[in-house]
Formats: sequence, C-alpha cells, structure tokens
Amino acid sequence: MDSIDRAIVNRLQEGIDVCERPFASIAGTLGIAEIELTARLERLLADGTLSRFGPMYDAARMGGAFTLAALSAPPEDLERVAEMVNAHPEVAHNYERDHPLNMWFVVAAERPEGVREVISEIERETGLRILDLPKLAEYFLDLRLQV
Amino acid sequence: MNARSDAPLDAADRAIILATQSGLPLLSRPYHAIAEQLGMSGEEVMARMQRMRALGIIRRIAAVPNHYQLGFRANGMSVWDVPDERVDALGEEVGALPFVSHCYRRPRVPPVWRYNLFAMVHGVTRDEVEARVGEIAALLGDAALAHDVLYSTRILKKTGMRLRSE
Repeated sequence: MDSIDRAIVNRLQEGIDVCERPFASIAGTLGIAEIELTARLERLLADGTLSRFGPMYDAARMGGAFTLAALSAPPEDLERVAEMVNAHPEVAHNYERDHPLNMWFVVAAERPEGVREVISEIERETGLRILDLPKLAEYFLDLRLQV
Repeated sequence: MNARSDAPLDAADRAIILATQSGLPLLSRPYHAIAEQLGMSGEEVMARMQRMRALGIIRRIAAVPNHYQLGFRANGMSVWDVPDERVDALGEEVGALPFVSHCYRRPRVPPVWRYNLFAMVHGVTRDEVEARVGEIAALLGDAALAHDVLYSTRILKKTGMRLRSE
C-alpha cells in the first residue's frame, strides 16, 4: 500500500454519493484520474485489503431484524459447524473467538421472525445450543479505521 | 401494482438490493451499469437508492476494510457485567471513548452469559487492546462486577447481509 492507497481506504470508508459519476470528484480530490481510482479499488478488493465495496444495507430499517448469536463448537468439529452456519445467506459475518463460546455470528433477516427461524434451523442442523443476543440499545457505532 | 405505502421495499427495490449486495460495479457510472443489468433507467436506480439512503435502509455506500489485512490483528470484544439500572449511562460513556468502534447493550442469558454491555476494541497488538480495556475498567470502576475480552482468531465469513433471491 502506498500513500494513495491509504488515502483511498480512508476516503472510501466515508462513502460515495448516488450520482452519475461518483468516483470522478473523489479521484479529483486525491489528485488521480477516475480510472486509476477504480483500478486501485479493484486491486484493494482482490488482495483482501478491503472486504467489500458497495451499499451497506440495514436489515432493521428494511423491516427485518438482526442479532448477534454465539455457540460453543467442539474444537475438532469447528470447521464442519462453521460450514453449516455459513451456508445460511442470513449469516452476514462469523468470527472464531478465543473463548469457550468460540463462534460468534450476525444473523440478519428481511422479516423479524426470520432471525428466530434461522437460529432454530442452525440449532437443529448442528445439535448445538445458540445464544441469541440481540442489541437492546446502541451507544455508539463507527467501524471506520484510519490507516 | 399492489405496493403498499408502508412497505419499505417494492420489487424494484429488492432487485436493486440483490444486484448490489455483494458489491457495486467499479465503473465510471456504476448506477447506470446496475440499471442496464436490471432493464431500468439510471435515473430510476439512483432515485430509488437515494430514497433507501434517506430512509436509512442504505447506511452508506462505502468500502469495508479488512482489519487483519490492515495490521489491526488484535480485535477484542470486551464484555461487561454492569447493573441494569446504570447500563444506559455507562454505555454512553464507554461508547464515547475514541478507541471503541461499537458499543451495545445486549441481554444476559443466565447462567451461561452474565454480560450486558459490549464494547469492541481494535488494536495492532493484544497488549494495546489490554491497555484500552484497562481504561474502560477504570472508567466503569465498581460498576463493573465482572468482565472478559474475547479475541477473534479467524474470520469465518464476512459478506455483509444478503437477501435470499427467491
């Protein structure tokens, strides 16, 4: 990553506009051509520096719901359990954590009852009990990183 | 059309979400590229996305960084047991710390889960995260009856939310 890559990562976490050529003005501010910005963006996605680029949808505002779920997978079974959990499109992300509850994942569904349904399905498929820990209050949310 | 005014999404909105949920095309005119794929006009796609953004259905159209790849290898989910009647005031204070990226109240599930306040702390090393968790502990003082830090050791999935296409 050079200084332009870093500026791109910082700037694009802020978001782009909905307009005909959203990259053009950002490229101008960064002092590069629009085509260079999109090419660098493509590379930052391909090499894994960025996980994704695009609209971040909010399940709750769509009329649905989401939750944070956790389970304890037997260590020798972790890969198999992760496959079963990740196979559900409603599982938005999933992290292995250094704790007896070793798998933590977010379930987001378009309908409020969808969250419960997916959790029940995963419990049935894995035979494991799932902790359902929905957000009760949000005090702060800002996932942007300065690099 | 049987679109209801209270329904947040109609079929065209859903089509746009399905076409963009794994990412936006990296082209000069990305919204027009989506429009072409869906047989809509660029103006309609942009108007619908502007509406979804105004309603908060789209939070941002942005890059999501990979913490690990960017050197933030220590990602600690700090969890705290604080009295329920004080959790809102304390949550606001913890959430205001500059190094806390998200801070939520969640339910306890006795006897397996006693913690009702979650604060995510990212750092380059675990020592850095521990020092920051120490700052949270100092801020909470006696109100913290117990706490723990759960470090992520691997990303098993990170796609963002997906609608089912059927």
